[in-house]
Amino acid sequence: MRKLIMPLITILFAIIAMFLVIQNMPGDPVETLAAEISRTENLEMELAYAKAKSVLNYDPDIPVFQRLVGYLGGILRGNLGDSLAYRKPVLDLVLGALPWTLLVLTVSLALSFTVGVVAGLFIAWKRKRWMNALLNLWQSIFGSVPDYIIAYLLIFLFAVTLGWLPARGPYSAQVTPGFNMPFIASVLRHAILPVLAYFLTTVANWTIGMRANALGSLGEDYVAYARARGLSQRRILIHYVGRNSILPMITSLAISFGFMFGGSPLIENLFLYPGVGYYLNQAIARRDYPLMQGMYFIMIVVVVLSGLLAERLYTVLNPRLRER
Amino acid sequence: MKNGRSGKFAGFRAFFSVIWRNPMSRAGFLILLVFLLMAIFGPMLIPDLKSDYANRLQPPSREHWLGTDLAGKDTLLQLILGSRDVLLVAAYAGLFAVLIAAAIGIVAGLQGGLVDRVLMLFTDVVLTMPSFPVTMILSMVIQITDPLVFGLVLGLWSWAGLAKAIRSQVLTLKHREFIEASRIMGISKLNIILYDVLPNLVSYIAVNFISIMKGAITSSVGLMILGLVPFQGNHWGVMIQVAISQTGALMGSASMVYFLAPVLCLMLFQLGSYFFASGLDEALNPRLRS
Repeated sequence: MRKLIMPLITILFAIIAMFLVIQNMPGDPVETLAAEISRTENLEMELAYAKAKSVLNYDPDIPVFQRLVGYLGGILRGNLGDSLAYRKPVLDLVLGALPWTLLVLTVSLALSFTVGVVAGLFIAWKRKRWMNALLNLWQSIFGSVPDYIIAYLLIFLFAVTLGWLPARGPYSAQVTPGFNMPFIASVLRHAILPVLAYFLTTVANWTIGMRANALGSLGEDYVAYARARGLSQRRILIHYVGRNSILPMITSLAISFGFMFGGSPLIENLFLYPGVGYYLNQAIARRDYPLMQGMYFIMIVVVVLSGLLAERLYTVLNPRLRER
Repeated sequence: MKNGRSGKFAGFRAFFSVIWRNPMSRAGFLILLVFLLMAIFGPMLIPDLKSDYANRLQPPSREHWLGTDLAGKDTLLQLILGSRDVLLVAAYAGLFAVLIAAAIGIVAGLQGGLVDRVLMLFTDVVLTMPSFPVTMILSMVIQITDPLVFGLVLGLWSWAGLAKAIRSQVLTLKHREFIEASRIMGISKLNIILYDVLPNLVSYIAVNFISIMKGAITSSVGLMILGLVPFQGNHWGVMIQVAISQTGALMGSASMVYFLAPVLCLMLFQLGSYFFASGLDEALNPRLRS
């Protein structure tokens, strides 16, 4: 129970902090809309203002505290308000956007973690000079270019120059969304470049971390003992070195996930991929406060949940922490 | 006290000789030095660039080594002029982040108890909220007018990890003999922080300063690409944004150079920081020197 209180407090604080910051943003959406109404419908400003308020269902005259209480109450009832720009409940937009972001992030995280762990173990075991040099070169290049620049270059190479892969959108316009092969194939094809952008920039981190851990484990007495007992290389590597070296990496999974989630506005904007980051961007550009808050809310919830999940995974994989 | 000055000087020499001996940090140091010189002297020597529409989007030539942009301005000169603001923004961001992190980390670590718990709760909350999206919103709330404000916006959400690390360093230092001794001697808390705690954290903070700077550069360019920073002046991010949004660099036009040049500079700078930081810890921490 105690384990759950801390994440809840964090989420609550984060929501309040973000709410207050967003409330202080310059540029009042009601005023903007009122000016537009008074221009197009030839109404007096005061009337237009009242109309804008009712259309947007947002009243800047209510004290901030009251609005905050209203907002928090809404969240508890599963109501995140209505988007000003899309004229739809924010919850619908959030639930529509989340799967796309989760798809790309989980696939790229799983891919780079697996490849990184296997490669790191292999490099630590082989102790070849050229492998280390190659890894350092890779990290020097991909560690110093932001992922969104890599994404641009990928689009330029694979979509514009070679024309192999689509660069925009979550799936092509020719397929009907649903559980059918063409749709799934199209979704996967469209996800390749975003996933690749994340993968290329993060895989070396996992490899380097795993290499360091594995080098440490290889020097342990239990490995020497296992060798002396004549166990096969394979068994020693996977069960003795691998398992022990992977544990510290599990905790980094959540941090890495949060970091990738934070980068999603740039990547998704680039690929016009309708995930959380894309809508967050749209919300900021259009001064759509409820949508902004909604996207933040889901971002924080997902990041906190991933932290809990990583902790759970750690206890499952670590026999020393298992409860008897 | 007589040899105090030469003592300090010797410290500098030891610092540079350690940096110089390590080939990686030597390369990093040289790269950073070039950028630093560019940032300091470039704007002094180069006059303001004028638009020259007759020569727009030129490929590289003898007059324009890296070609020209949309308005006919020389790309290479823009790169040099831009380096100052890139470096300033990043340095300010690093400075603000380090100041906040050191203040929170040291106070939480030394004070302990309720203060520690409240500060750490605050830090955890900040750590949980993904920093780039928060910075996106902050850049809308705070009107970014100059590099200082830009640095502040970028620094406001990148201190949390460092604050936690400093706190745990302070906790391990706290019960070491030399600090216990200072406390028993009745030396004030401020003096303990200034003379006993901080010097032990310098190398750690310096390495983190550089990595925060790297992050700040990435975010600053990201914010510019999203069009969230109405930044007047020269900055590589502005160049990248213009290249992407206006010249169609992605469509394979001749302006690819205009896109790749700032990207390459960005990469070189990041690489230089990474290399330099690799030797910095050893150079600043006498205990690690061989």
